[in-house]
Amino acid sequence: MSLRSPMGVALGNGAAGGAAQHGWLQQVTAVALLPLMLWFLVSLLGLPSFEFAAVRAWLGSGWTPVWMILLVICAAWHSMLGVQVIIEDYVPRKSVKMVALVLLKFLHAIAVVAAVFAALKVALQSP
Amino acid sequence: MPTRPLSPHATIYRKFPIMALSIMHRVTGVAQTVGLALLVYWLMAVASGPASFDSARNLLGQVWVKLLLAGWLFAFLYHLCYGVRHLVWDTGRGFERADARRSGWITLFSALALFAFFVWRAFFAGAAS
Repeated sequence: MSLRSPMGVALGNGAAGGAAQHGWLQQVTAVALLPLMLWFLVSLLGLPSFEFAAVRAWLGSGWTPVWMILLVICAAWHSMLGVQVIIEDYVPRKSVKMVALVLLKFLHAIAVVAAVFAALKVALQSP
Repeated sequence: MPTRPLSPHATIYRKFPIMALSIMHRVTGVAQTVGLALLVYWLMAVASGPASFDSARNLLGQVWVKLLLAGWLFAFLYHLCYGVRHLVWDTGRGFERADARRSGWITLFSALALFAFFVWRAFFAGAAS
């Protein structure tokens, strides 16, 4: 028999209080990604070729960089929240879990910053 | 490890086939996290100039990478359809056993139909790289 009270056992093991926000952001980014991803696929199909000049002209023109940046931000956010849940579900050791979660956030931050940088660079260098 | 039951309580469900659809949702999600890295790599290659773009294009043009891209396309379309199913569930609808079973099959077959359409458009109707 444990001398710890039921409350003492439960504390620190249950909900952290952030689940509603997590789920809501997962839904909002999912809804945003519906049109963004369909736009992306249809745009790729519409490219005249996958040569450098054609891709660069497309990425730098009009609203393309705007949609592309929004897409990568939403996709990275959605991806981070999703993989976070998987890590929380399947990695039981607290230390390993923490390292994995921090690494996950770093990698997604790198992805977003790189994509925004790339899209802006191409767009601002375009005539 | 704590002895209390842990999410996702995988052992309490009947295994197949509807459970497989749910597992596939996670697997296709992770596949797209990898796909996101590929997209960022491609965008950086465009931004870095013709030389790096051509090496990226050579890599993406390999047959095995094209197969991966086709797999990624299916992963995306499946995840999209299953995501819509989740959004409908989030409104509180469709939890009856028969409804859930039917929406599961609808999810799978819409994903397959969309996949067939995009593969046909991408690889057989002119736009191939």
